[in-house]
Amino acid sequence: MKPGLRRTKGVTRHAPVKFIFDQMELEAPAGESVAAALLANGIRAIRHGPEDGQPRGAFCFIGLCQECLVEIDGNQIESCRVSVRDGLKIGRVRYQKKPSP
Amino acid sequence: MKYDLAIIGGGPSGASAAIEASSLGLKTIVIDEQAQAGGQFWRAKNSSIKQPVLSTESAAGNDLRDTLGASSAEFLHSTRVWHLHRVGDGFQLSIIGPNGSQTIDTSSLALAGGALERVFPVPGWTLPGVIGLGAATALMKEHVMLPGQRVVVAGVGPLLFFVAHEILKNGGRVVGVVDLNPLGDWLRRFPNMLSRPDLLMRGVGWQARLKLRGVPVLHGYGIREIEGESDVEKIHVGRVTDDWAPEGEITHSFNADSLCLGHGLYPASEPARMLGAIHSYDEQQGGWIPQTDSAGRTTVKNLVAIGDGAGIQGAAAAVLRGRLGAIAVAKDMDKVTADVALSRTKELTRQLGSARRFGLAMTSLTVPKTGILKSIAPDTMICRCEGVSRSALEAEIRSGGDMPNALKSATRCGMGPCGGKFCAEVVSLLTCHVTGKTPAELGLSTPRSPLRPVSVGALAGEFDYDDLPIPEPAPQ
Repeated sequence: MKPGLRRTKGVTRHAPVKFIFDQMELEAPAGESVAAALLANGIRAIRHGPEDGQPRGAFCFIGLCQECLVEIDGNQIESCRVSVRDGLKIGRVRYQKKPSP
Repeated sequence: MKYDLAIIGGGPSGASAAIEASSLGLKTIVIDEQAQAGGQFWRAKNSSIKQPVLSTESAAGNDLRDTLGASSAEFLHSTRVWHLHRVGDGFQLSIIGPNGSQTIDTSSLALAGGALERVFPVPGWTLPGVIGLGAATALMKEHVMLPGQRVVVAGVGPLLFFVAHEILKNGGRVVGVVDLNPLGDWLRRFPNMLSRPDLLMRGVGWQARLKLRGVPVLHGYGIREIEGESDVEKIHVGRVTDDWAPEGEITHSFNADSLCLGHGLYPASEPARMLGAIHSYDEQQGGWIPQTDSAGRTTVKNLVAIGDGAGIQGAAAAVLRGRLGAIAVAKDMDKVTADVALSRTKELTRQLGSARRFGLAMTSLTVPKTGILKSIAPDTMICRCEGVSRSALEAEIRSGGDMPNALKSATRCGMGPCGGKFCAEVVSLLTCHVTGKTPAELGLSTPRSPLRPVSVGALAGEFDYDDLPIPEPAPQ
Protein backbone atom coordinates (compact mmCIF):
# COMPACT_ATOMS: atom_id res chain seq x y z
CA MET A 1 0.00 0.00 0.00
CA LYS A 2 1.26 3.44 -0.91
CA PRO A 3 2.44 5.28 2.21
CA GLY A 4 0.45 8.41 3.00
CA LEU A 5 1.68 11.98 2.82
CA ARG A 6 1.33 12.57 6.55
CA ARG A 7 4.62 11.91 8.35
CA THR A 8 3.87 9.51 11.16
CA LYS A 9 7.34 8.75 12.58
CA GLY A 10 7.58 10.55 15.90
CA VAL A 11 4.33 12.44 15.28
CA THR A 12 0.90 11.78 16.76
CA ARG A 13 -2.28 13.42 15.57
CA HIS A 14 -5.79 13.72 16.93
CA ALA A 15 -8.36 11.12 15.95
CA PRO A 16 -9.79 11.35 12.43
CA VAL A 17 -13.23 12.84 11.88
CA LYS A 18 -15.53 12.56 8.88
CA PHE A 19 -16.17 15.47 6.53
CA ILE A 20 -17.73 15.83 3.09
CA PHE A 21 -16.16 17.42 0.01
CA ASP A 22 -18.23 17.55 -3.17
CA GLN A 23 -20.46 14.74 -1.82
CA MET A 24 -17.43 12.51 -1.16
CA GLU A 25 -17.11 11.29 2.43
CA LEU A 26 -13.54 11.74 3.61
CA GLU A 27 -11.56 11.48 6.84
CA ALA A 28 -8.87 13.64 8.42
CA PRO A 29 -7.68 14.51 11.93
CA ALA A 30 -9.74 17.34 13.40
CA GLY A 31 -7.96 20.68 12.98
CA GLU A 32 -6.11 19.85 9.78
CA SER A 33 -6.68 22.47 7.09
CA VAL A 34 -9.14 21.36 4.42
CA ALA A 35 -6.52 21.93 1.71
CA ALA A 36 -4.04 19.65 3.50
CA ALA A 37 -6.75 17.10 4.29
CA LEU A 38 -7.80 16.96 0.63
CA LEU A 39 -4.15 16.56 -0.40
CA ALA A 40 -3.69 13.69 2.05
CA ASN A 41 -6.86 12.11 0.63
CA GLY A 42 -5.41 12.25 -2.88
CA ILE A 43 -7.57 15.17 -4.03
CA ARG A 44 -5.54 18.00 -5.53
CA ALA A 45 -7.86 19.43 -8.17
CA ILE A 46 -10.03 21.58 -5.92
CA ARG A 47 -11.70 23.81 -8.51
CA HIS A 48 -11.33 24.94 -12.10
CA GLY A 49 -9.82 28.16 -13.42
CA PRO A 50 -12.58 30.67 -14.24
CA GLU A 51 -11.13 31.56 -17.65
CA ASP A 52 -9.46 28.40 -18.90
CA GLY A 53 -11.66 25.84 -17.17
CA GLN A 54 -8.56 23.84 -16.24
CA PRO A 55 -8.16 22.02 -12.91
CA ARG A 56 -6.59 24.09 -10.11
CA GLY A 57 -5.35 23.22 -6.66
CA ALA A 58 -3.74 24.80 -3.62
CA PHE A 59 -0.63 26.74 -4.65
CA CYS A 60 0.62 28.89 -1.77
CA PHE A 61 -0.92 27.14 1.28
CA ILE A 62 -0.96 30.38 3.30
CA GLY A 63 -4.24 31.94 2.18
CA LEU A 64 -3.01 34.34 -0.49
CA CYS A 65 -3.18 32.79 -3.97
CA GLN A 66 -6.95 32.07 -3.84
CA GLU A 67 -6.46 28.88 -5.88
CA CYS A 68 -7.78 26.56 -3.13
CA LEU A 69 -11.20 28.22 -2.84
CA VAL A 70 -14.10 26.04 -1.71
CA GLU A 71 -17.74 26.71 -0.89
CA ILE A 72 -18.95 26.48 2.72
CA ASP A 73 -22.43 27.65 3.77
CA GLY A 74 -22.83 29.56 0.54
CA ASN A 75 -19.55 31.48 0.99
CA GLN A 76 -16.27 31.13 -0.85
CA ILE A 77 -13.29 30.62 1.43
CA GLU A 78 -9.69 29.52 1.09
CA SER A 79 -9.60 25.85 2.08
CA CYS A 80 -6.12 26.32 3.54
CA ARG A 81 -7.70 28.64 6.14
CA VAL A 82 -10.51 26.29 7.21
CA SER A 83 -10.07 23.57 9.83
CA VAL A 84 -11.58 20.13 9.38
CA ARG A 85 -14.22 19.34 12.00
CA ASP A 86 -16.66 16.48 12.38
CA GLY A 87 -19.53 16.80 9.89
CA LEU A 88 -18.09 19.73 7.93
CA LYS A 89 -19.75 19.97 4.51
CA ILE A 90 -17.76 21.53 1.70
CA GLY A 91 -18.74 22.13 -1.91
CA ARG A 92 -16.76 23.00 -5.01
CA VAL A 93 -16.70 26.56 -6.25
CA ARG A 94 -18.31 26.64 -9.68
CA TYR A 95 -18.23 29.57 -12.06
CA GLN A 96 -21.09 30.45 -14.35
CA LYS A 97 -20.24 30.24 -18.00
CA LYS A 98 -19.83 33.75 -19.44
CA PRO A 99 -22.65 34.66 -21.83
CA SER A 100 -21.37 34.75 -25.41
CA PRO A 101 -21.22 38.25 -26.98
CA MET B 1 -9.78 52.62 22.65
CA LYS B 2 -6.55 53.72 21.07
CA TYR B 3 -3.29 51.83 20.99
CA ASP B 4 0.24 53.25 21.21
CA LEU B 5 1.47 50.74 18.67
CA ALA B 6 -0.32 48.42 16.30
CA ILE B 7 1.75 45.83 14.48
CA ILE B 8 0.58 44.18 11.28
CA GLY B 9 2.13 40.73 11.20
CA GLY B 10 3.15 38.52 14.11
CA GLY B 11 6.15 36.77 12.59
CA PRO B 12 9.81 37.03 13.60
CA SER B 13 9.88 40.83 13.31
CA GLY B 14 6.31 41.65 14.38
CA ALA B 15 6.20 39.39 17.43
CA SER B 16 9.66 40.55 18.51
CA ALA B 17 8.57 44.17 18.14
CA ALA B 18 5.46 43.49 20.21
CA ILE B 19 7.46 41.90 23.02
CA GLU B 20 9.93 44.80 23.04
CA ALA B 21 7.29 47.53 22.79
CA SER B 22 5.08 46.13 25.51
CA SER B 23 8.11 45.70 27.79
CA LEU B 24 8.77 49.41 27.33
CA GLY B 25 5.25 50.26 28.43
CA LEU B 26 3.53 50.76 25.08
CA LYS B 27 -0.09 49.66 24.72
CA THR B 28 0.48 47.22 21.88
CA ILE B 29 -1.63 45.06 19.59
CA VAL B 30 -0.46 42.54 16.98
CA ILE B 31 -2.70 41.45 14.12
CA ASP B 32 -1.85 38.29 12.17
CA GLU B 33 -3.85 36.45 9.51
CA GLN B 34 -2.48 33.03 10.45
CA ALA B 35 -3.86 30.89 13.28
CA GLN B 36 -0.82 31.49 15.47
CA ALA B 37 2.12 33.91 15.69
CA GLY B 38 5.48 32.98 14.22
CA GLY B 39 5.06 34.00 10.60
CA GLN B 40 6.24 31.56 7.95
CA PHE B 41 9.73 30.99 9.26
CA TRP B 42 8.40 29.86 12.65
CA ARG B 43 5.05 28.58 11.43
CA ALA B 44 3.28 26.80 14.28
CA LYS B 45 2.14 23.22 14.22
CA ASN B 46 -1.46 22.67 13.21
CA SER B 47 -3.90 21.89 16.04
CA SER B 48 -4.42 18.39 14.59
CA ILE B 49 -0.88 17.53 15.72
CA LYS B 50 -0.87 16.23 19.25
CA GLN B 51 2.81 15.39 19.55
CA PRO B 52 5.26 16.89 17.05
CA VAL B 53 8.93 16.25 16.43
CA LEU B 54 10.84 19.13 17.99
CA SER B 55 13.80 20.84 16.41
CA THR B 56 15.91 23.81 17.54
CA GLU B 57 14.05 25.88 14.97
CA SER B 58 10.56 24.90 16.11
CA ALA B 59 11.64 25.37 19.73
CA ALA B 60 12.67 28.94 18.92
CA GLY B 61 9.26 29.54 17.36
CA ASN B 62 7.50 28.13 20.41
CA ASP B 63 9.63 30.37 22.64
CA LEU B 64 8.60 33.41 20.66
CA ARG B 65 4.91 32.47 20.90
CA ASP B 66 5.21 31.82 24.64
CA THR B 67 6.99 35.13 25.25
CA LEU B 68 4.43 37.01 23.18
CA GLY B 69 1.62 35.31 25.06
CA ALA B 70 3.16 36.21 28.39
CA SER B 71 3.65 39.85 27.40
CA SER B 72 1.03 42.54 27.80
CA ALA B 73 0.67 42.86 24.02
CA GLU B 74 -2.72 41.87 22.62
CA PHE B 75 -2.68 39.35 19.80
CA LEU B 76 -5.44 38.91 17.22
CA HIS B 77 -5.03 35.71 15.24
CA SER B 78 -6.74 34.71 11.97
CA THR B 79 -7.42 38.41 11.45
CA ARG B 80 -6.84 40.33 8.26
CA VAL B 81 -6.18 44.01 7.71
CA TRP B 82 -8.05 44.84 4.54
CA HIS B 83 -7.73 48.62 4.61
CA LEU B 84 -5.64 51.25 6.39
CA HIS B 85 -5.34 55.00 6.30
CA ARG B 86 -3.82 57.88 8.21
CA VAL B 87 -5.90 59.76 10.74
CA GLY B 88 -4.02 62.88 11.76
CA ASP B 89 -0.58 61.66 12.86
CA GLY B 90 -1.98 58.21 13.66
CA PHE B 91 -3.60 55.39 11.74
CA GLN B 92 -6.85 53.48 11.46
CA LEU B 93 -6.92 49.86 10.41
CA SER B 94 -9.98 48.05 9.09
CA ILE B 95 -9.78 44.45 10.19
CA ILE B 96 -11.84 41.31 9.80
CA GLY B 97 -11.48 38.16 11.82
CA PRO B 98 -13.23 35.59 13.99
CA ASN B 99 -14.98 38.40 15.88
CA GLY B 100 -16.32 40.04 12.76
CA SER B 101 -15.23 43.35 11.31
CA GLN B 102 -13.99 46.34 13.30
CA THR B 103 -11.53 49.23 13.19
CA ILE B 104 -8.36 49.73 15.23
CA ASP B 105 -7.00 53.19 16.05
CA THR B 106 -3.33 53.59 16.83
CA SER B 107 -0.77 56.36 17.33
CA SER B 108 2.06 54.41 15.75
CA LEU B 109 2.08 51.58 13.26
CA ALA B 110 4.66 48.90 12.52
CA LEU B 111 4.39 47.02 9.25
CA ALA B 112 5.71 43.49 9.66
CA GLY B 113 3.81 41.72 6.88
CA GLY B 114 6.88 39.92 5.61
CA ALA B 115 7.53 38.67 2.13
CA LEU B 116 5.69 37.12 -0.79
CA GLU B 117 6.82 34.23 -2.98
CA ARG B 118 8.21 34.97 -6.40
CA VAL B 119 7.34 32.15 -8.81
CA PHE B 120 8.13 32.56 -12.48
CA PRO B 121 5.66 30.72 -14.72
CA VAL B 122 6.57 27.79 -16.92
CA PRO B 123 4.31 25.75 -19.23
CA GLY B 124 2.04 23.57 -17.07
CA TRP B 125 2.63 25.51 -13.84
CA THR B 126 -1.10 25.83 -13.05
CA LEU B 127 -1.51 22.04 -12.79
CA PRO B 128 -2.58 20.81 -9.37
CA GLY B 129 0.54 19.47 -7.67
CA VAL B 130 2.70 22.50 -8.48
CA ILE B 131 3.20 24.56 -5.34
CA GLY B 132 5.62 27.26 -4.24
CA LEU B 133 8.76 26.60 -2.22
CA GLY B 134 7.25 28.70 0.57
CA ALA B 135 4.07 26.68 0.22
CA ALA B 136 5.98 23.42 0.66
CA THR B 137 7.68 24.95 3.70
CA ALA B 138 4.32 25.97 5.20
CA LEU B 139 2.77 22.56 4.50
CA MET B 140 5.63 20.69 6.13
CA LYS B 141 6.10 23.06 9.05
CA GLU B 142 2.42 23.30 9.93
CA HIS B 143 1.04 19.91 8.93
CA VAL B 144 4.18 17.73 8.87
CA MET B 145 2.83 16.52 5.54
CA LEU B 146 4.68 15.83 2.30
CA PRO B 147 3.64 17.65 -0.89
CA GLY B 148 3.82 14.40 -2.87
CA GLN B 149 5.28 10.91 -3.13
CA ARG B 150 7.86 11.78 -5.80
CA VAL B 151 8.88 15.42 -5.54
CA VAL B 152 10.96 17.64 -7.77
CA VAL B 153 12.26 20.77 -6.03
CA ALA B 154 13.22 23.62 -8.37
CA GLY B 155 14.09 27.29 -8.60
CA VAL B 156 16.71 29.29 -6.76
CA GLY B 157 17.80 30.32 -3.31
CA PRO B 158 18.20 28.78 0.10
CA LEU B 159 14.59 27.56 0.28
CA LEU B 160 15.45 25.14 -2.52
CA PHE B 161 17.72 23.13 -0.25
CA PHE B 162 15.68 23.65 2.86
CA VAL B 163 12.60 22.15 1.17
CA ALA B 164 14.52 19.24 -0.38
CA HIS B 165 16.08 18.44 2.97
CA GLU B 166 12.80 18.76 4.83
CA ILE B 167 11.12 16.31 2.45
CA LEU B 168 13.84 13.75 3.15
CA LYS B 169 13.61 14.42 6.87
CA ASN B 170 9.88 13.75 6.76
CA GLY B 171 10.39 10.43 5.02
CA GLY B 172 9.64 11.59 1.48
CA ARG B 173 11.38 11.06 -1.82
CA VAL B 174 13.13 13.87 -3.70
CA VAL B 175 13.44 12.84 -7.32
CA GLY B 176 15.66 15.78 -8.20
CA VAL B 177 16.76 19.26 -7.15
CA VAL B 178 16.89 21.69 -10.07
CA ASP B 179 18.81 24.87 -9.31
CA LEU B 180 19.00 27.66 -11.89
CA ASN B 181 22.23 28.89 -10.33
CA PRO B 182 25.56 27.22 -11.02
CA LEU B 183 27.35 25.75 -8.01
CA GLY B 184 29.93 28.52 -8.28
CA ASP B 185 27.27 31.07 -7.25
CA TRP B 186 26.93 29.34 -3.89
CA LEU B 187 30.70 29.02 -3.39
CA ARG B 188 31.20 32.72 -4.13
CA ARG B 189 28.92 33.60 -1.21
CA PHE B 190 30.88 31.51 1.23
CA PRO B 191 32.76 34.47 2.79
CA ASN B 192 29.48 36.29 3.56
CA MET B 193 27.93 33.14 4.92
CA LEU B 194 30.79 32.92 7.42
CA SER B 195 29.25 35.87 9.28
CA ARG B 196 26.74 33.36 10.66
CA PRO B 197 28.62 30.05 10.97
CA ASP B 198 25.58 28.40 12.58
CA LEU B 199 23.42 29.09 9.55
CA LEU B 200 26.23 28.15 7.19
CA MET B 201 26.69 24.75 8.88
CA ARG B 202 22.95 24.15 8.67
CA GLY B 203 23.06 24.76 4.90
CA VAL B 204 26.10 22.53 4.49
CA GLY B 205 24.23 19.86 6.41
CA TRP B 206 21.31 20.08 3.99
CA GLN B 207 23.56 19.64 0.96
CA ALA B 208 25.41 16.75 2.59
CA ARG B 209 22.22 14.86 3.41
CA LEU B 210 21.01 15.22 -0.17
CA LYS B 211 24.30 13.92 -1.47
CA LEU B 212 24.34 10.98 0.96
CA ARG B 213 20.85 9.98 -0.12
CA GLY B 214 21.84 10.07 -3.77
CA VAL B 215 19.41 12.80 -4.72
CA PRO B 216 20.35 14.25 -8.14
CA VAL B 217 21.19 17.90 -7.63
CA LEU B 218 21.37 19.78 -10.92
CA HIS B 219 23.03 23.20 -10.78
CA GLY B 220 22.54 25.37 -13.83
CA TYR B 221 19.30 23.67 -14.87
CA GLY B 222 15.69 24.81 -15.11
CA ILE B 223 12.17 23.51 -15.64
CA ARG B 224 11.10 23.35 -19.28
CA GLU B 225 7.60 21.94 -19.00
CA ILE B 226 5.26 20.30 -16.52
CA GLU B 227 3.17 17.53 -18.03
CA GLY B 228 -0.03 15.97 -16.72
CA GLU B 229 -3.69 15.35 -17.44
CA SER B 230 -5.28 16.82 -14.33
CA ASP B 231 -2.24 16.99 -12.09
CA VAL B 232 1.56 16.70 -12.19
CA GLU B 233 2.84 13.54 -13.88
CA LYS B 234 6.12 14.38 -15.59
CA ILE B 235 8.62 17.22 -15.26
CA HIS B 236 10.96 18.08 -18.11
CA VAL B 237 14.28 19.75 -17.27
CA GLY B 238 17.13 21.23 -19.28
CA ARG B 239 20.26 23.32 -18.96
CA VAL B 240 20.17 27.08 -18.55
CA THR B 241 22.71 29.81 -19.28
CA ASP B 242 24.17 32.09 -16.62
CA ASP B 243 21.26 34.40 -17.43
CA TRP B 244 18.78 31.59 -16.61
CA ALA B 245 17.75 31.17 -20.24
CA PRO B 246 16.96 27.63 -21.44
CA GLU B 247 19.75 26.24 -23.59
CA GLY B 248 19.72 23.04 -25.59
CA GLU B 249 17.40 20.07 -25.50
CA ILE B 250 15.58 18.54 -22.56
CA THR B 251 18.11 16.55 -20.52
CA HIS B 252 15.93 14.97 -17.82
CA SER B 253 12.29 13.89 -17.67
CA PHE B 254 11.35 13.06 -14.11
CA ASN B 255 8.31 10.98 -13.25
CA ALA B 256 6.92 13.00 -10.38
CA ASP B 257 3.64 13.82 -8.71
CA SER B 258 4.75 17.10 -7.17
CA LEU B 259 6.81 20.14 -8.11
CA CYS B 260 7.90 22.65 -5.48
CA LEU B 261 8.90 25.75 -7.45
CA GLY B 262 10.13 29.13 -6.29
CA HIS B 263 12.44 31.95 -7.28
CA GLY B 264 12.99 33.83 -4.08
CA LEU B 265 10.99 36.24 -1.96
CA TYR B 266 10.04 39.86 -2.44
CA PRO B 267 8.78 42.38 0.11
CA ALA B 268 5.01 42.67 0.60
CA SER B 269 5.05 46.44 0.23
CA GLU B 270 1.43 47.22 -0.56
CA PRO B 271 0.39 48.45 2.92
CA ALA B 272 3.42 50.75 3.17
CA ARG B 273 2.83 52.14 -0.31
CA MET B 274 -0.84 52.60 0.42
CA LEU B 275 0.12 54.87 3.33
CA GLY B 276 2.34 56.93 1.09
CA ALA B 277 5.74 55.79 2.34
CA ILE B 278 8.38 56.55 -0.27
CA HIS B 279 9.85 53.40 -1.79
CA SER B 280 12.93 52.70 -3.84
CA TYR B 281 13.98 49.71 -5.91
CA ASP B 282 16.80 47.60 -4.50
CA GLU B 283 17.18 44.29 -6.31
CA GLN B 284 19.59 43.03 -3.65
CA GLN B 285 16.79 43.27 -1.08
CA GLY B 286 14.12 41.68 -3.24
CA GLY B 287 12.84 44.76 -5.07
CA TRP B 288 10.67 47.65 -3.91
CA ILE B 289 11.37 48.57 -0.29
CA PRO B 290 10.35 51.54 1.83
CA GLN B 291 13.04 54.14 2.45
CA THR B 292 13.90 53.79 6.14
CA ASP B 293 16.48 54.91 8.65
CA SER B 294 18.54 52.35 10.59
CA ALA B 295 15.63 51.70 12.99
CA GLY B 296 12.98 51.22 10.30
CA ARG B 297 11.32 54.64 10.40
CA THR B 298 9.73 55.29 7.01
CA THR B 299 9.12 58.68 5.39
CA VAL B 300 5.66 58.66 7.01
CA LYS B 301 5.55 59.96 10.57
CA ASN B 302 4.96 57.27 13.22
CA LEU B 303 5.23 54.49 10.64
CA VAL B 304 8.01 51.88 10.88
CA ALA B 305 8.65 49.02 8.50
CA ILE B 306 10.43 45.98 9.90
CA GLY B 307 11.38 42.48 8.80
CA ASP B 308 11.34 41.09 5.27
CA GLY B 309 8.56 43.48 4.28
CA ALA B 310 11.21 46.19 4.39
CA GLY B 311 13.83 44.21 2.48
CA ILE B 312 14.62 40.48 2.34
CA GLN B 313 17.32 40.12 4.97
CA GLY B 314 16.12 36.88 6.54
CA ALA B 315 14.57 35.77 9.79
CA ALA B 316 17.57 36.32 12.05
CA ALA B 317 17.78 39.95 10.94
CA ALA B 318 13.99 40.29 11.22
CA VAL B 319 13.98 39.62 14.95
CA LEU B 320 16.57 42.35 15.51
CA ARG B 321 14.86 44.81 13.17
CA GLY B 322 11.60 44.25 15.01
CA ARG B 323 13.17 45.09 18.35
CA LEU B 324 14.99 48.13 16.94
CA GLY B 325 11.77 49.40 15.40
CA ALA B 326 9.90 49.04 18.68
CA ILE B 327 12.58 50.94 20.57
CA ALA B 328 12.46 53.72 17.98
CA VAL B 329 8.67 54.01 18.36
CA ALA B 330 9.00 54.07 22.14
CA LYS B 331 11.63 56.79 21.95
CA ASP B 332 9.53 58.88 19.53
CA MET B 333 6.58 58.59 21.92
CA ASP B 334 8.82 59.63 24.86
CA LYS B 335 8.25 56.32 26.62
CA VAL B 336 12.02 55.83 26.95
CA THR B 337 14.86 58.32 27.19
CA ALA B 338 17.37 58.67 24.40
CA ASP B 339 20.03 57.09 26.69
CA VAL B 340 17.99 53.98 27.40
CA ALA B 341 17.11 53.68 23.73
CA LEU B 342 20.77 53.96 22.75
CA SER B 343 22.00 51.38 25.23
CA ARG B 344 19.34 48.91 24.07
CA THR B 345 20.03 49.42 20.39
CA LYS B 346 23.82 49.21 20.50
CA GLU B 347 24.10 45.43 20.87
CA LEU B 348 21.10 44.78 18.61
CA THR B 349 22.66 46.85 15.84
CA ARG B 350 25.94 44.97 16.17
CA GLN B 351 24.17 41.60 15.85
CA LEU B 352 22.11 42.88 12.96
CA GLY B 353 25.27 43.50 10.93
CA SER B 354 26.24 39.82 10.81
CA ALA B 355 22.66 38.54 10.51
CA ARG B 356 21.97 40.89 7.63
CA ARG B 357 25.19 39.95 5.82
CA PHE B 358 24.12 36.31 5.72
CA GLY B 359 20.52 37.08 4.79
CA LEU B 360 21.48 39.40 1.95
CA ALA B 361 23.94 36.84 0.58
CA MET B 362 21.04 34.39 0.31
CA THR B 363 18.77 37.00 -1.28
CA SER B 364 21.44 37.81 -3.87
CA LEU B 365 21.06 34.27 -5.23
CA THR B 366 17.46 35.09 -6.14
CA VAL B 367 17.88 38.37 -8.05
CA PRO B 368 15.80 37.67 -11.18
CA LYS B 369 17.67 37.17 -14.44
CA THR B 370 15.93 38.13 -17.66
CA GLY B 371 16.77 34.89 -19.46
CA ILE B 372 14.08 33.12 -17.47
CA LEU B 373 11.49 34.88 -19.63
CA LYS B 374 12.54 32.53 -22.42
CA SER B 375 11.05 29.66 -20.36
CA ILE B 376 7.61 31.26 -20.59
CA ALA B 377 5.75 30.23 -23.75
CA PRO B 378 3.32 32.67 -25.41
CA ASP B 379 0.29 30.70 -24.22
CA THR B 380 1.62 30.19 -20.69
CA MET B 381 -0.69 31.78 -18.16
CA ILE B 382 0.88 34.68 -16.27
CA CYS B 383 -2.12 35.90 -14.29
CA ARG B 384 -3.61 32.78 -12.74
CA CYS B 385 -6.63 34.58 -11.30
CA GLU B 386 -7.82 36.15 -14.55
CA GLY B 387 -6.32 33.69 -17.01
CA VAL B 388 -4.09 36.21 -18.82
CA SER B 389 -1.44 34.67 -21.05
CA ARG B 390 2.00 36.02 -21.86
CA SER B 391 0.98 36.77 -25.45
CA ALA B 392 -2.02 38.83 -24.30
CA LEU B 393 0.18 40.87 -21.96
CA GLU B 394 2.89 41.40 -24.55
CA ALA B 395 0.37 42.51 -27.15
CA GLU B 396 -0.95 45.11 -24.75
CA ILE B 397 2.53 46.33 -23.76
CA ARG B 398 3.58 46.66 -27.39
CA SER B 399 0.39 48.49 -28.32
CA GLY B 400 1.24 51.19 -25.78
CA GLY B 401 -0.30 49.92 -22.54
CA ASP B 402 3.12 49.62 -20.99
CA MET B 403 2.68 51.43 -17.68
CA PRO B 404 1.55 49.24 -14.77
CA ASN B 405 -1.88 50.84 -14.24
CA ALA B 406 -2.64 50.85 -17.96
CA LEU B 407 -1.59 47.24 -18.37
CA LYS B 408 -3.69 46.22 -15.38
CA SER B 409 -6.76 48.08 -16.65
CA ALA B 410 -6.50 46.68 -20.15
CA THR B 411 -5.81 43.03 -19.36
CA ARG B 412 -7.19 42.60 -15.81
CA CYS B 413 -3.84 41.13 -14.86
CA GLY B 414 -3.51 42.01 -11.19
CA MET B 415 -7.21 42.67 -10.66
CA GLY B 416 -8.13 39.16 -9.61
CA PRO B 417 -8.65 37.72 -6.13
CA CYS B 418 -4.95 37.49 -5.28
CA GLY B 419 -4.55 41.22 -5.88
CA GLY B 420 -1.56 40.82 -8.16
CA LYS B 421 0.59 39.11 -5.54
CA PHE B 422 1.58 36.25 -7.81
CA CYS B 423 1.85 38.00 -11.17
CA ALA B 424 3.49 41.27 -10.10
CA GLU B 425 7.08 40.08 -10.35
CA VAL B 426 6.88 38.42 -13.75
CA VAL B 427 4.78 41.26 -15.18
CA SER B 428 7.44 43.72 -14.11
CA LEU B 429 10.27 41.61 -15.56
CA LEU B 430 8.38 41.13 -18.82
CA THR B 431 7.43 44.80 -19.18
CA CYS B 432 11.00 45.93 -18.51
CA HIS B 433 12.29 43.44 -21.05
CA VAL B 434 9.88 44.62 -23.76
CA THR B 435 10.16 48.36 -23.07
CA GLY B 436 13.80 48.56 -22.04
CA LYS B 437 12.85 50.35 -18.81
CA THR B 438 14.38 49.49 -15.46
CA PRO B 439 12.09 48.37 -12.63
CA ALA B 440 12.78 51.69 -10.89
CA GLU B 441 11.57 53.57 -13.96
CA LEU B 442 8.55 51.34 -14.41
CA GLY B 443 7.16 51.46 -10.90
CA LEU B 444 4.16 49.49 -9.70
CA SER B 445 0.41 49.76 -10.12
CA THR B 446 -1.44 51.85 -7.55
CA PRO B 447 -2.08 49.95 -4.32
CA ARG B 448 -5.82 49.39 -3.82
CA SER B 449 -8.00 48.19 -0.98
CA PRO B 450 -8.99 45.58 -0.07
CA LEU B 451 -5.57 44.25 0.88
CA ARG B 452 -7.23 40.86 1.30
CA PRO B 453 -10.47 39.49 -0.15
CA VAL B 454 -13.44 40.44 2.01
CA SER B 455 -17.06 39.60 1.35
CA VAL B 456 -19.76 42.24 1.49
CA GLY B 457 -21.65 39.97 3.87
CA ALA B 458 -18.75 39.86 6.30
CA LEU B 459 -18.48 43.65 6.32
CA ALA B 460 -22.22 44.22 6.56
CA GLY B 461 -22.42 42.14 9.73
CA GLU B 462 -25.94 42.22 11.15
CA PHE B 463 -27.21 44.54 8.44
CA ASP B 464 -29.84 42.93 6.22
CA TYR B 465 -31.66 43.91 3.05
CA ASP B 466 -34.81 44.44 5.13
CA ASP B 467 -32.93 47.18 6.99
CA LEU B 468 -32.68 49.28 3.85
CA PRO B 469 -35.01 52.28 4.27
CA ILE B 470 -36.96 52.05 1.05
CA PRO B 471 -39.86 54.52 0.96
CA GLU B 472 -43.32 53.32 0.00
CA PRO B 473 -44.23 54.05 -3.62
CA ALA B 474 -46.82 56.73 -4.28
CA PRO B 475 -50.40 55.37 -4.52
CA GLN B 476 -51.48 54.53 -8.04
